[in-house]
Amino acid sequence: MPNTKRRRLFRGAATAVALTLGGTALAACGSDEGDGEAGSGPVSLTYWTWTPGMDKVVDLWNKGPGKKDRITVTVKKQASGDTLVTKILTAHKAGKAPDLVQAEYQALPTLVSNDALADISGEVGGAKEKFAEGVWQQTTLGTDAVYAVPQDIGPMMFYYREDLFQQYGLKVPTTWEQFAETARALKKKAPDKDLTTFSANDSGLFAGLAQQAGAKWWTTQGEQWKVGINDPATQKVAEFWGGLVEEGAIDNQPMYTPAWNKALNTGKQIAWVSAVWAPGTLTTAAPDTKGKWAMAPLPQWSTGENVTGSWGGSSTAVTTDSKHKEAAAKFAAWLNTDGEALNALAKESGIYPASTAAQLSGAFTKSPEYFANQADFYTKAAEIAQTTAPSAWGPNVNVAYTAFKDAFGSAAKNKSDFTAALDTMQEATVADLKKQGFEVSE
Amino acid sequence: MSTLAIRKTEPAAGTTPGTAQGPPLRRRIALIPTVTLLLGALYCLLPVAWVVIASTKSGNELFSTFTFLPGTGFAENLSDLNAYRDGVYWQWMGNSALYAILGALLSTVVSSFAGYALATYRFRGRETMFNVLLAGVLMPPVILAIPQYLLLAKADLTDSYWSVLLPQILSPYGVYLSRIYAAAAVPADVVEAGRMDGASEWRIFTRIALPMMVPGLVTVFLFQFVAIWNNFLLPYIMLSDDEKFPITLGLHTLLEQGANTPALYTLVITGAFLAVIPLVALFLVIQRFWSLDLLSGAVKS
Repeated sequence: MPNTKRRRLFRGAATAVALTLGGTALAACGSDEGDGEAGSGPVSLTYWTWTPGMDKVVDLWNKGPGKKDRITVTVKKQASGDTLVTKILTAHKAGKAPDLVQAEYQALPTLVSNDALADISGEVGGAKEKFAEGVWQQTTLGTDAVYAVPQDIGPMMFYYREDLFQQYGLKVPTTWEQFAETARALKKKAPDKDLTTFSANDSGLFAGLAQQAGAKWWTTQGEQWKVGINDPATQKVAEFWGGLVEEGAIDNQPMYTPAWNKALNTGKQIAWVSAVWAPGTLTTAAPDTKGKWAMAPLPQWSTGENVTGSWGGSSTAVTTDSKHKEAAAKFAAWLNTDGEALNALAKESGIYPASTAAQLSGAFTKSPEYFANQADFYTKAAEIAQTTAPSAWGPNVNVAYTAFKDAFGSAAKNKSDFTAALDTMQEATVADLKKQGFEVSE
Repeated sequence: MSTLAIRKTEPAAGTTPGTAQGPPLRRRIALIPTVTLLLGALYCLLPVAWVVIASTKSGNELFSTFTFLPGTGFAENLSDLNAYRDGVYWQWMGNSALYAILGALLSTVVSSFAGYALATYRFRGRETMFNVLLAGVLMPPVILAIPQYLLLAKADLTDSYWSVLLPQILSPYGVYLSRIYAAAAVPADVVEAGRMDGASEWRIFTRIALPMMVPGLVTVFLFQFVAIWNNFLLPYIMLSDDEKFPITLGLHTLLEQGANTPALYTLVITGAFLAVIPLVALFLVIQRFWSLDLLSGAVKS
């Protein structure tokens, strides 16, 4: 049975993955304490999430379906990021993880390999049809189990300054080749401006671009993990961006810095490869250029193709520490598939739902305020979301991401070879997997 | 002191100092140290100035106007911060104050007991104990956060106010400082004299030794206060309920809201600015205790 094999792959090597924070190694203490279903009495669940406004959405549950089923959920707001994974794993070591956690897709393998997430396929398996296949697959890790319910997604898109594109006579690129030409054309017409920048401070962007090109960074072969970070697809992406940086066609400064905000706000950079949540970022980064941007699908590697990567997105998972897994799974399914809940999530939290039905309803019938000039923003977004390439995450994404930031950060700064940086990233990831006790095929 | 030495340096009668023996040496400004110190001060103060100025900028001005040009949004930032989730910021501020004041007080009390005992009494294992403490001083508290979490989880104390207070009460550095200070400021003769007069050990400690140790203990209190106020990892690991968060954690959650939500920069900056004020105030108020003569002892030598 390939399924049980795969599960052993994750569970077999449960080690202290993320205790790097404290630098303390702790013996893994198995805490499988039976399900202990508490009959039909009132159930109280805790939920760790970073989504702003989640308390208001959960109120809907507590006053509605939750009241009926006597399941009360309490939100404990957390900060997002890799450190939250560490916090969940630390709590899990003590058997005190909350019933429900929010987790980014790329963190799921880490959590599963530490035996922190419960298989809820029995409770939420029926929700599968409500999500795009590439999205749902991320919560199963390719097994028959289901470890989470998708909440929000970040399909990638191309954002550009409509007015400046017109002013400089540029066409919206549909292939990466055209993208490079556009960058060069802009440099000729306005040497002090850049089409965009290659930034090494958010690994998710590069991972999404590689995903679009067809890269599979983590795959399994029998009992072994295979790391393909320097596979041909990713090499193509690295060479492409490295070339643009080297010839000076695009900038090499990191994003999310005050300087980057300024560059966007003043039109020094006139495009941004980003994801569906970009309107929110642009609202704070470039407030003066509101209404001047437009969104288009990501450029493709060959004409006629129609694929995008994803950058960001998260899911709702039930932990193995939960004493009420069934109730928790019920809530997770409601939160991410119920129309009322999704409407509230869009309104209160501004998330872009993973549920395909919700992508065109409620809050998403109207463009975001920042993109008032593009009436079909969300129709287009939903179409693009359907073309998301499948992703392949492994149990040490955080290590690969850190290696990316270091290696590509200095490569971008020195305008040096990106493929060498890619090899560094591959080596660091493989070495860490081995150190953690996973079997790795070379 | 010998009187000879005094005579020698005394100017001859009838002359005014500074004229007969030439002009007094003009104090030469040591250029390199001064520049170094000025640079150091600049390095420390620039970020503070940045926070102060940035907190006056509105969201639109924050990244678009000149860095050190004050903005116009301070009042708005304040009211936004006030309104954010029904003023949860002030809850965090209150929590920080509780952790820092109570924690530092308890820690100072424990340090004074332990430091005095280690300095005054001779007992077997004293040096070993002190060496273990020294090792504790060298150990960064960050390393202990996760073991402490697992320990308190056993006692079912995680996610409570105690989980943040308890681990910070015993401060190896505080005990170390107290011992050094007690050894220097509380002469054995005074303790002996107290015993001769029939005072109990407790009375000697509270009535005689403690007042002598005050300047040192103020230092311990301040160190602990600042350490707890700025502590991040321990409360981060211990607490999951954001109503119990101290200010450091609260501001962190404002920054890390997930990829699809913009970070609330203006709120975080204004919040950080307000969070610095109590520390500055504390230093200004407590400073005068340091001016006490460190050796205003009761013994003349």
